[in-house]
Amino acid sequence: MTSLAPVAPPGVVTSTGLAADLCCYPTREQYFSLIASLKCDGFEMCVDVCAVDYLNFADRSLPDGVAPTRFEVVTNLLSLSKKQRVRVRVQAGNDRPEVDSLFTLYPGTEALEREAFDLLGVLFTNHPDMTRILMPEEWEGHPLRKDYGVGKVPVQFKEAPGPR
Amino acid sequence: MNEPTVRTAERIELLTAETSEGLQELQRRDSTTSDELGREVGAVLRLKGLTLDPNAVDFDRRDDETMIINMGPSHPSTHGVLRLMLELDGEFVLRTKPVIGYLHTGMEKTGEELSYIQGATNVTRMDYLSPVINELCYSMAVEKLLDIDVPARAVWIRMLMSELNRVSSHLVWMATNGMDLGASSMMIYGLRERELILAFFEKTAGLRMNLNYVRPGGVAADLPDGWQDDVLVICDTIYARTFEYDQLLTGQPIFRNRMVGVAPLTAEEALALGVTGPLLRSTGVPWDLRRSMPYLAYDQVDFDVIVGTFGDNFDRYAIRLNEIRESLRIVRQCIDKMPAGDYRSQDPKVTPPPRARIGESMEALIHHFKLFTEGFHVPPGEVYLAVESPRGELGCYIVADGGPKPYRLHVRGPSFVNLQAVSLLMRGGSMSDTITVISTIDPVMGEVDR
Repeated sequence: MTSLAPVAPPGVVTSTGLAADLCCYPTREQYFSLIASLKCDGFEMCVDVCAVDYLNFADRSLPDGVAPTRFEVVTNLLSLSKKQRVRVRVQAGNDRPEVDSLFTLYPGTEALEREAFDLLGVLFTNHPDMTRILMPEEWEGHPLRKDYGVGKVPVQFKEAPGPR
Repeated sequence: MNEPTVRTAERIELLTAETSEGLQELQRRDSTTSDELGREVGAVLRLKGLTLDPNAVDFDRRDDETMIINMGPSHPSTHGVLRLMLELDGEFVLRTKPVIGYLHTGMEKTGEELSYIQGATNVTRMDYLSPVINELCYSMAVEKLLDIDVPARAVWIRMLMSELNRVSSHLVWMATNGMDLGASSMMIYGLRERELILAFFEKTAGLRMNLNYVRPGGVAADLPDGWQDDVLVICDTIYARTFEYDQLLTGQPIFRNRMVGVAPLTAEEALALGVTGPLLRSTGVPWDLRRSMPYLAYDQVDFDVIVGTFGDNFDRYAIRLNEIRESLRIVRQCIDKMPAGDYRSQDPKVTPPPRARIGESMEALIHHFKLFTEGFHVPPGEVYLAVESPRGELGCYIVADGGPKPYRLHVRGPSFVNLQAVSLLMRGGSMSDTITVISTIDPVMGEVDR
């Protein structure tokens, strides 16, 4: 598997993930150019873009040289010709998470990036249509953030009606 | 008593404001930039080698020549609550924008609140037509994080059940596709055959849908006695009846007129859009995760990956019909090769003890109590695992923080991504073709909205 590993541009931290996929940890500045070079390298399809809010899990293990931030954007690329996956984890920032949109490379990331924006509030620069996709337009907040409470409907336990 | 009010003009504006999705909707042309217009008609697919003509974007068309109408959210042909906003010129579709989210119930958030054992009940409700494959994807991701092995029998049971599930999912597709095209007899036949499979599911797992049958560590129960006979009857009956579907639909002129050559997709467009499953295979790309990146024991069974040529509606139909036959081939091999042994892992930290042991063993009681109150702890890590669902690549991304609940559960639904092909496929087609396009994309809204 490692012999097939794509040549990551210098300066990008890589490691081998749990499912024997290659993981890359670019910075926000390297992110777009890394994906572009991976695309040239034979990764024809971007299967998934999602974001993770690491608010309560800041001490996660990352390779040396990667400074953890609260938000992380995880992009999964797939190479049909090499039958290989690569996962790109980019630290997106703390207060105003923002990374480049992959729309010009893979138009199919349009809905996935909108979903990440809608549910976690990660902004994607140069995305053509940065609107909510699953939540109503006037919704406040981003539900998958860890500081967004889980909605609970209070259950009232009333006394059973008496025998009368 | 309230006076019945007549809704006057001002009142109607209020009403539309209440139901508006704002910028998520398809905008009028005078408030749409040219970039946005190009994206909506699919001209952004002008990447290297893509065939869509950039001149096809008719920027100069005015709003009073066209009409924006809503199809859905509760149109019978949208298979759920999909809302399509169509810009029409007469009967021809210029722009299409799917507006989704009407079935969003926050299942990924719910997944963070449920323990790993309970999680399977959550994911099984996402794609409600292929529950076993959803559970399988989730369970395999959890097992990868836990780094445990699943007994061989459990692997083969999972394969048997997921192939039966694929058949039932494709049968529902055949049924609804038939009904969308007015062939309502196909509706009846498809659901009739699916009933055979659901009855077997009920016999095995206790439920017809949303089985919660595949769980981290194995499956919930062993196959019932005499399951070989049941499954053989299912295989024989459905295999014979696929040829009746052939007679009913494949050569029928009305059906062919609405399917052959309608809404073609090229391989480049499909790859750029991230489209997977029968849609991708219909364009001639032989990509099936069961064959290309085998999981379970798919490398030990013999089956063909069905590939189309033109990427049109008919290819998608033919692929699904033939995949039913291929899945039945795999099911027959599962009957022959089913190994004996445990149907779930014997690791007491993951698998609850048998009911009979609880009464006699203190340790079993503790394990049982711990598993069902707290759940098992999963070591920190993150994993992305993908399986081939009837609709394409179903991926599950789990981040574990060492606790008994997933820190983040993300499901990559194939329908969600495939739905992006709608605006490209519908462009230039007639209004009546929109029905066949939605039908052959086969979105399951439970999975799109999650």
